Amino acid sequence: MTYARRASPLHATRAAVASAWCIVLAIVALSFDHPLVLGALLATVVAAAGAARVGRRVAVSLLVALPFAVLIGLVNPLVVREGLTVIARLGTVPVFGALDVTAEATAYGGVLALRALVIIGCFALHSAAVDPDDLLRAFRRVSFRSALTAALATRLVPVLARDARRLHDAQRCLAGEPAPRRAVFRAVASGALDRAVDVAATLEVRGYGAARRPPREGGRPWSRHDLAFAASAAALALIAVAAHAGDAAAFEAYPSFAAPVGAGELALCAALAACALLPFADRRGIGR
Amino acid sequence: MSAALRLEDVTYRYPGAVAPALRGIDLEVAPGEFVVLAGGTGSGKSTLLRAAAGLVPHFHGGEFGGRLEAGGLDTRTHDPAAIAAVAGTLFQDPETQVVMGTVRAELAFPLENRGLGSAAVARGVEEAALALGIAALLDRSTHELSGGELQRVALGAALVGRPRVALLDEPTSQLDPVAGDELLGVLRRLNEEWGTAVILAEHRLERCLSAADRVVALREGAIACDADPRGFLVWAGDHAPELQTPGARLFALAGRTPPPVSVKDARRALAAGDEPRAVAGGLDPRKPAGGLEPGGEPGDAPAKRGLFGRRRGEGAAPALALSSVWFEHKGGAAVLRGVDLDVAAGERVALMGRNGAGKSTLLRVAAGLLAPTRGKVRGGRVALLLQNPGDYTLRDRVGDELPPESLAAAGLSHLADRHPRDLSGGERQRLALAIVLNGERPAVVALDEPTRGMDRAHKVALVALLARLAHDGSAVVVATHDAEFVAAVATRTVLLGDGRPVADAPTSEVLAGGWYFATQTARILGGAALLPEDGAALLRQEAVVA
Repeated sequence: MTYARRASPLHATRAAVASAWCIVLAIVALSFDHPLVLGALLATVVAAAGAARVGRRVAVSLLVALPFAVLIGLVNPLVVREGLTVIARLGTVPVFGALDVTAEATAYGGVLALRALVIIGCFALHSAAVDPDDLLRAFRRVSFRSALTAALATRLVPVLARDARRLHDAQRCLAGEPAPRRAVFRAVASGALDRAVDVAATLEVRGYGAARRPPREGGRPWSRHDLAFAASAAALALIAVAAHAGDAAAFEAYPSFAAPVGAGELALCAALAACALLPFADRRGIGR
Repeated sequence: MSAALRLEDVTYRYPGAVAPALRGIDLEVAPGEFVVLAGGTGSGKSTLLRAAAGLVPHFHGGEFGGRLEAGGLDTRTHDPAAIAAVAGTLFQDPETQVVMGTVRAELAFPLENRGLGSAAVARGVEEAALALGIAALLDRSTHELSGGELQRVALGAALVGRPRVALLDEPTSQLDPVAGDELLGVLRRLNEEWGTAVILAEHRLERCLSAADRVVALREGAIACDADPRGFLVWAGDHAPELQTPGARLFALAGRTPPPVSVKDARRALAAGDEPRAVAGGLDPRKPAGGLEPGGEPGDAPAKRGLFGRRRGEGAAPALALSSVWFEHKGGAAVLRGVDLDVAAGERVALMGRNGAGKSTLLRVAAGLLAPTRGKVRGGRVALLLQNPGDYTLRDRVGDELPPESLAAAGLSHLADRHPRDLSGGERQRLALAIVLNGERPAVVALDEPTRGMDRAHKVALVALLARLAHDGSAVVVATHDAEFVAAVATRTVLLGDGRPVADAPTSEVLAGGWYFATQTARILGGAALLPEDGAALLRQEAVVA
């Protein structure tokens, strides 16, 4: 997953604002348990990715993350003993005791899986639509080393992805069955340290360690997209706070599952989606 | 003004290494001097450059003795980031040397790290981009660039701060002859106009000696020779023949002195006497030109001659046949455009052409790694050795990569307990080739840029191995920029341009008449011979006739 500039409102937004918008969306998802809200947020992330012209890449990330989400969904009912409705008795396991699977724990496992997908979707969107170079500059004054380390971690990903592709191609050149994927993965992982050392050496000889703060200068003016996404992020945060204050989207997993769906919940979903997607409607000035 | 680089009795040993990588080095490079570092693989060239950049010992650890000053900064008291302000460094692998998302950001990064304001950064980026001919790339994403483009961008990032000294480790290894010459021209201009001292490690000395003020040859971590280019060539003739340029070897074999530093030099010297006649039929077009060839030319398949169009081996079905093969990227450009190519069993074919001409893609299509978008590929198994031999080793022990008998056949049994990453470049390539050849005998052995970063001794061994494979009946196809290697190994050369063969003829014809795709000997002798051994024979013959 690497950044490439596209003609979209999110790409045209300054990195600090675009990054904040993605992070607020993820925090909103973390703050809600209601499956309807989480479903609406997942749909919003996918729609936003489409509007930012990175829909395919975010969809690939979500597909890759799907087994992880399913695993979360499956593990929860096996480790959580709460809930009133037992749907399966799996017997007694030494140390763990009786394994009773409840409908509530199973349903909450689904909620956790859904939330994981929303958060992964937000960060996939962040990787695909927020310029890491601009982000690095934006945070240089705040915490240069942290920002640079984070940006460089994203640099190593494409290097390792290329390594994996090359190793896979090399295996296809051999007679007989190529090595299993896990062997290739292991080789890439064990070579990651060498690659990281190479990248780190390059950073050193480009003067990274001696990084000096640039002189303070007048920044570039805020564009319509900077303002729109900043307003959107603020609105998303306010709506979430108001919803929690007003007890909208109330949810209870245990002892019995309760996720009421009424006008309040529907209005909340619509408000979150509208606030998040509205900035994408303005297509002026989105080119490079 | 202090020296651009000064080493006093520098000794260095990598952590855990038995022998030191640098031994008692005393060296001083004046401001504005252009120094070429010569030496075989493992002689200490890269370590010396890393020491000059401050990475040794700050980054790599190990034991360091002596004193080293780069741009007046002592590496014992200044870390690599501080030294970066006075020394620009470029390593061999461009993929790990680009750390930002766009070319513009990459060039700006070193200047931003020095705390320059945005106007100064923007100006520096524009000037560096113009100087290096990469202005058109400025807004491209770095992950979209080819190896050659990446190398030029990395060079730009190394030089953007106008360092006092540029430390360059084989900067042309990824480049075709045209781009390599362009890059050396740029270096020379920066050296002359900015006064930047250049210290350049390079295997293909014939490319850069004419630009050099001085050559420092390393052997086992110590300075073996420190002289001007002509003095170095005289020394190499007596003490290190593997470091001689083809032109110097030509003169030495022909009994002429002094050795020429450049093609112009050689031609001028020859003009004083009788030039050899351009003998079109002087070389057997079915044979490699010799030179690096250690033995005869066994197994050369007969082939019809002709500069353009389809060529077929006679008799049996070809080992590899491409019919009207196209390869077009989805939503992108066509890389191969209707390629027709037959390669006979036992034939040795070289693919040459500029970066992006389609050489690697053609090999990948032939090996089945890529499916042609149009056309057909027929033939037996193609054992393809890709550019990075390390990609073929997945295990922690050399002995686990191959059965013992295959390891023995490749002459690698003594390395069975080593980790593949600890092998030298040449050993790693032999191991990778043995892995590729393991199992059913391939109809075609294909190699993509096998001599990149390889010294002459390893090339000689590779030529011998490929000759043996051809003798055993496999067709050999090599994609390379290395004209000297092509002359030694290939009976036939296909020159690709814009995704299709623009010349397909015996190697002696293709390389004799070229400008960039020609050996140094061919350029000196006007195409009369490709390699020093044949050229020297002609010169001696001329001398006898005269």
